[in-house]
Amino acid sequence: MVKGVRFDGYRDVGHPVTTAKVYDAQGADELLFLDITATAENRRTLFDAVSRTADECFMPLTVGGGVRTLDDVRALLLAGADKVSINTQAVLGPELVSEAAERFGSQAVVVSIDVKSGVVWTHGGHQPTALRPADWARRVADLGAGEIMVTSIDREGTRSGYDLDLVRAVADAVPVPVIASGGVGRLDDLVDGIREGHASAVAAASIFHFTDQSVIKARAYMRQAGLEMRIA
Amino acid sequence: MIAVVDYGMGNLRSVFKALEAIGEEPRVTRDAADLRSATHIVLPGVGAFAQCVANLRATQLVDVLEEQVRERKKPFLGICLGMQLLGRDSEEGGRHEGLGWFPASVRRLHGDVGLKVPHIGWNDVRAQPESPLFKGVRHPVFYFVHSYYMDCENPQLVSATCDYGITFPAAIVADNVWAVQFHPEKSQLNGLRFLQNFLSGS
Repeated sequence: MVKGVRFDGYRDVGHPVTTAKVYDAQGADELLFLDITATAENRRTLFDAVSRTADECFMPLTVGGGVRTLDDVRALLLAGADKVSINTQAVLGPELVSEAAERFGSQAVVVSIDVKSGVVWTHGGHQPTALRPADWARRVADLGAGEIMVTSIDREGTRSGYDLDLVRAVADAVPVPVIASGGVGRLDDLVDGIREGHASAVAAASIFHFTDQSVIKARAYMRQAGLEMRIA
Repeated sequence: MIAVVDYGMGNLRSVFKALEAIGEEPRVTRDAADLRSATHIVLPGVGAFAQCVANLRATQLVDVLEEQVRERKKPFLGICLGMQLLGRDSEEGGRHEGLGWFPASVRRLHGDVGLKVPHIGWNDVRAQPESPLFKGVRHPVFYFVHSYYMDCENPQLVSATCDYGITFPAAIVADNVWAVQFHPEKSQLNGLRFLQNFLSGS
């Protein structure tokens, strides 16, 4: 398992299944597994990590990276994912989003949107498109995406806070829940993502991998800030 | 043996593993003989209603389920779509008929009150005071992921509710038939405890 900065400079941060078990024990509400290279060789590793995590952690799992076909979606759901995240392929062939929603239900289909300099990027943040994030979010929600994850590539791994304007623009544009991602450095950022970004959920990685903040502290902090949090 | 009904839909593996984790010996099966010899039957379900009901009918297990659960009163648990399939009908993707075990229709949650649909995440569940559902669960909070809910005509059958814009049934119980909208297999320790309650109490 690795963690990068702006989709680059990846550092090894440990074994995915072991880490997942720690977050499970700390009461994380959900785990996101993203296979950033999605090579053929890596896919076996991903499936293995997902199924072994699902075998031991009885909590929601969203899995993404390299999802191109309905068979990919089905295979990940069978491995134990509850939701499958589609990114590049949603741009290349948006019918995958509608077909997956029809087949497995909208609730199982997440579209992940990576944004840099105001437009959507694909291929792990390597190729720009002409799509504006809020327009694209509206389109995929119409196609049947049940959830949208929006990641600021500029902020990702920098611990400088979410791009709140971006998150809010996307969250206000769609009737489905939006997960904010990319940039959390302080626990306040999580609160801001919900309150100012209008996100339904907030995701973070660096802050948990590289600092002494934990899911337990994050949850307590958010509750103290007046947000409704689950008593785990 | 606990039979987990395999009809080509949904997250069977998680349900199987959760039952294993509480010390049971589940079997994922589409064999009528297994449903007959099982002590309990679990019907999971993730997906779209029409596809699920078509798949379930295609297994030709509906008659065996009716015989074992409705006539012989074998303990049964329907999860999420496995709950909704027990309704009379659903408005998901047109109008489709369910098994009709409960006087209920499956309707879409509406986002017009400013809430996002699907309803995804952990939410509080309130059980009827005498209900055995959440025995031993201190804070009944469970994981939901759904766009449709069971609109049940008989409030007596609704043994737990959840609020999301409207109040909808989180659990419907009629004798040996338990059905829940949330995912016990994804609700960490609360979920495992709920499964234990089902096995010991239904």
